[in-house]
Amino acid sequence: MTAWNYRKLAFHHNQSQPLPDSDHIKSIIDEELRVVESALRKNFKSYGAWHHRKWVISKGNASTERELKLLNLFQKQDTRNFHAWNYRRFIAGLKNISDEKELQFTTDMINDNFSNYSAWHNRSVLLSHLLEKKVEGYFPKELFLKEEYEFVRNAVFTDPDDQSGWFYHLWLLDQTVKVDMPNLVSSWPPHGSEITKTTFPVVIYFSEAVEGVNLHTVSVQVENDILQNIIWSPLSANKFECGQAWLTHLTVPFREMNSSKIFEVKISSGDSQGIKSLNGVPCSQHWSFAFRVSAFPDLQPQGQSLRRILMTDEHFSPTDINSNAMMSLSNLYDELAGDYEQPTSSKWKSEMIASEIDQYRELLSWAECKIGKLTLARLLMANNAMITDTPAAPNMTHMEEVLQLYSELMELDPAHYQYYKDEHSLVFLKQVTSSKESLMKYCWRYKETSLNITGDMCLRLSNLSLSRIGSFERLLWVQSLDLSHNQLHSIEGLEALQLLSCLNLSHNKLGSFMALDPLRFLKSLKVLNISYNEIGAHPVDTKRYLCSSPLSHTLDYDKKFEEVATGDGKMVDFWEAYSVFGGLDLMQLDIVGNAAVDEKFVLFLAKLLPGLKWLDGEELH
Amino acid sequence: MATRSSASSDQQSFMADTQPHPPIDPTNFDLIVIGTGLPESIIAAAASTAGKSVLHLDPNSNYGSHYSSLTLNDLISFLNTQSPNPNLNINQQHLVTESSDNTIAIDLVTRGIYSGVEICCYDQSVEKESRKFSLDLAGPRVLFCADLCVEMLLKSSGNQYVEFKNVDASYVCDGNGELMNVPDSKSAVFKDKTLKYSEKNQLNSFFKLVQGHLEGVKSGASGGDDGKVISEEDLERPFGAFLEKMKLPPKIKSIILYAIAMVDYDQDAGETCKDVLKTRDGIDRLALYHSSVGRFPNALGALIYPIYGQGELPQAFCRRAAVKGCLYVLRMPVISVLLEKDSGNYKGVKLVSGQEITSNKLVMDPSFTITSSYSEALQDVSKVFNVGTVTGKLARGICITKSPLKPDTSSCLVIYPPRSLYPDQATSIRVLQLGSNLAVCPSGMFVFYISVLCDDAVEGKKSLHAAIDSLFSVGTSGTTDTSSSDQTTEVKPTLLWSALYIQDIIEGVMGPVVMTPTPDGNLNYNDLLHATSKLFRNMYPDDEFFPETSNTDTSDQLEDDSEAGIDS
Repeated sequence: MTAWNYRKLAFHHNQSQPLPDSDHIKSIIDEELRVVESALRKNFKSYGAWHHRKWVISKGNASTERELKLLNLFQKQDTRNFHAWNYRRFIAGLKNISDEKELQFTTDMINDNFSNYSAWHNRSVLLSHLLEKKVEGYFPKELFLKEEYEFVRNAVFTDPDDQSGWFYHLWLLDQTVKVDMPNLVSSWPPHGSEITKTTFPVVIYFSEAVEGVNLHTVSVQVENDILQNIIWSPLSANKFECGQAWLTHLTVPFREMNSSKIFEVKISSGDSQGIKSLNGVPCSQHWSFAFRVSAFPDLQPQGQSLRRILMTDEHFSPTDINSNAMMSLSNLYDELAGDYEQPTSSKWKSEMIASEIDQYRELLSWAECKIGKLTLARLLMANNAMITDTPAAPNMTHMEEVLQLYSELMELDPAHYQYYKDEHSLVFLKQVTSSKESLMKYCWRYKETSLNITGDMCLRLSNLSLSRIGSFERLLWVQSLDLSHNQLHSIEGLEALQLLSCLNLSHNKLGSFMALDPLRFLKSLKVLNISYNEIGAHPVDTKRYLCSSPLSHTLDYDKKFEEVATGDGKMVDFWEAYSVFGGLDLMQLDIVGNAAVDEKFVLFLAKLLPGLKWLDGEELH
Repeated sequence: MATRSSASSDQQSFMADTQPHPPIDPTNFDLIVIGTGLPESIIAAAASTAGKSVLHLDPNSNYGSHYSSLTLNDLISFLNTQSPNPNLNINQQHLVTESSDNTIAIDLVTRGIYSGVEICCYDQSVEKESRKFSLDLAGPRVLFCADLCVEMLLKSSGNQYVEFKNVDASYVCDGNGELMNVPDSKSAVFKDKTLKYSEKNQLNSFFKLVQGHLEGVKSGASGGDDGKVISEEDLERPFGAFLEKMKLPPKIKSIILYAIAMVDYDQDAGETCKDVLKTRDGIDRLALYHSSVGRFPNALGALIYPIYGQGELPQAFCRRAAVKGCLYVLRMPVISVLLEKDSGNYKGVKLVSGQEITSNKLVMDPSFTITSSYSEALQDVSKVFNVGTVTGKLARGICITKSPLKPDTSSCLVIYPPRSLYPDQATSIRVLQLGSNLAVCPSGMFVFYISVLCDDAVEGKKSLHAAIDSLFSVGTSGTTDTSSSDQTTEVKPTLLWSALYIQDIIEGVMGPVVMTPTPDGNLNYNDLLHATSKLFRNMYPDDEFFPETSNTDTSDQLEDDSEAGIDS
């Protein structure tokens, strides 16, 4: 590398000789190219050599025709050399070779030997270019997708063990299902619902992470007044100024206290296209939802003579379908599903996916193939998402099959167990939340009805061996959630559940306080059980670089830390716990059974959370 | 590039007495070889390389004997002169002449190995261009890039005298009489447009199974060690049965057996099948095919063909022999073999010029023999001559057209598996189409070679005609039949000229006088070269058959235009 740089300096020196005539420069360049070429002939995987060549060529004056010839030679010798492929893209760019021509080159290379990641990858890059530039025959994308599916099918069927084709297939599937723009998928409160609180959170949930949600892009209208003091903030721990879910708090102004006036609130997209996906695609489809607020003043002031809330079986009874709570959930669900504009998935997409499903079912009928099963699982999920003609009844036909596929994969391919497990969990939750009937099986009533903290009902997703959670857009209403006795290692996304007041995460695999970071956003949280996890059990937390540090001062309650921290020992755990719990107002916390917890830490928590009534089952005074 | 000796020989007389015969000096050699066919030429080259003094004679004016490539007219006259001719046995009373110096001279006669020669000419213009053809007597033949002949050319440095081009495509006739591409490699399977996806998977899975087996064997695993290596029991099983055991459907099975392993006899014929291929051998054939694909960077497929015809191969070895000191005399018939009167041992030969040359050993191509009455008369003679017997028959056909089978495909191989043309077709019929880019015919014309193993001439001709009917339309007018040139259907090439003949198969025989084998029915020369190297090892057990040379430049570059020179 150093030698190459030295050559660059020498090259500059030679070039800057007085009166450089073009012949002279050309001879210098040719000499450089010759040196690089001989180096590449010895080792054509040398980063330095390829880079130097690129540098020399970018000086101009050299024949790119010759470069193409050289590339043809090298790429014939080693068809998968990604340096050569990179360099080829560079030269193709310089020479303005059409993408179609280069696409043909990848076809030829793949025809010679389809076991070539680089060629498939270049193909996807070129097709993306062609699609972007809307070149005739490549836009819209359904024009080429069908052919490409057939092309790659030849590779995948000929040798299912060769992964390069599968990767390309994944790219195609992604292109097929990708919704062109972000859209609103759900909200709290849902459309048509009735809220009986005067101050409540509003959550809008998009199909992907977006930025630019603000006063101008989202209009909030109470009766006929458009509110001008709304501040939207993203519910996302890691990303800056963007998120899939956005939050604001509304306080419905009511002038006539004690009256039973009902306010109509309407939230709709503003006229600008300011809400954008992270790739810059605007959410251009108009959306709106409306709900009513009955302005009853809160009847029971909170925080009086609280008993410990226990989330064990004996404290629950199964829900009765005809109970009030269930009825309201039922309505809520209908509404939730009913009124958001779903982008109409084109017919070609569902046809394409359906045909792919048939093909891969056939392949799996004679070949035991891990990546084939995974692809089929993904295709089936894509299919489910596609054929949702009526959003009220999402199609869940293939769920059992998908779950079965992931279960098989966990056994077949232990090396990727965690990935399959996570996918399995996400699909399972999708299935659970797909309809009110399926969800009802997991809803339990609190026997004690006077607990207004928890609400009447608890969603109990315990003992399901979940390793991840998802489908938050369908859980925005949940106040009380039991996720105990699972294998959760992350609760990412949970921050969207703004009504959550009672959460049981005991007996999971959460490895650090930072894994609890989403809790930071759950300002209504009163009861939390994180006992018997693995907090502090793993000495090195690889996610640490993502979290806020004592020096970053992103938290608004920094000063408090100075007061409560005693300034010694396990500062890291203390800080992390502080960053998660510092902003919460917990009344009950169970944290026993974690490596990080010792006496000193318990004292620290007690100081940190002055509102705490119960800590690990002991009443505090 | 080798020049063609045959190109200059036009209408040479095969009668020796019109030619002047210069005396040969010296008169004693380690080895005399009569005939310049491929086996004889290889023995001559190997013996010369091993330091023997060799005299190589041929009564013809061209190299190659039964392995030669000839002009159209030469081919006709060669077939006719090498046919059984009752007149040759007329002067039987002169067969034995006793010389004064204790020797017996036994006259040689030509044993005709061709019969049933049928020449049909539908278009006179073909014969007018006779000299622009270079027709193989032993077609169809190709080399597999990794086969023994290529190895031997590289080992002997004979490769510098001959260039190759690859055969563009190969097709196999499916059950419905349609020609489909032979998906012979992973990338061919990938590209194929006719196979179903399931068939692609089955075929490639089988290729992988074989590959895994070969790698397993290489790394020393034995059958049953792990799932990779095919068990000993399976290796002994008939290949056809093994393919069935692997659940390959009939179509795939037929492709593997006949179009890749190049099996001759119907493997489904059960008890009546003359030659059941064992799995072990079937796998070897697949291995040969697959190691041939992509062996040379500028040869795309497995098969290559020498420019100017197969006759270039014996010539290349002759040149190699000449470099090593072998003496060549063409147009020099040998009229008799000399034996020592007392012992009956071989002593030498008497040339048509009357000169007697002695040698320790004699190799002859099998078309020379003595009459059968001899062996009865003189017991000693049978000690010297172990006359090879006819072990089988082959029907061969050469056809000339003005258009190729498939547009844009200049050369291709076509396989008709057993029963694909008619119900009692017992053996595979193989067809090789060559174009003028191989310098074997005038531009705008195409040569087709057809061959099939047969029990008798009737059966052989039936097979040839079936193939010809399926491939060509027979032009009665002499020009392309314009009335049938429908745009929608693929027009069959019109047959302009054809030669059909039956060739005897005679295996090589070891003895004091060595007899070389006649061309066999295979596509490549592997069996012939195995037999040849066995003959050589028997003759000279202490000498190496082409020692490994320091010739490291084994890049047998084929003439190809795709390679752009980068070196400055």
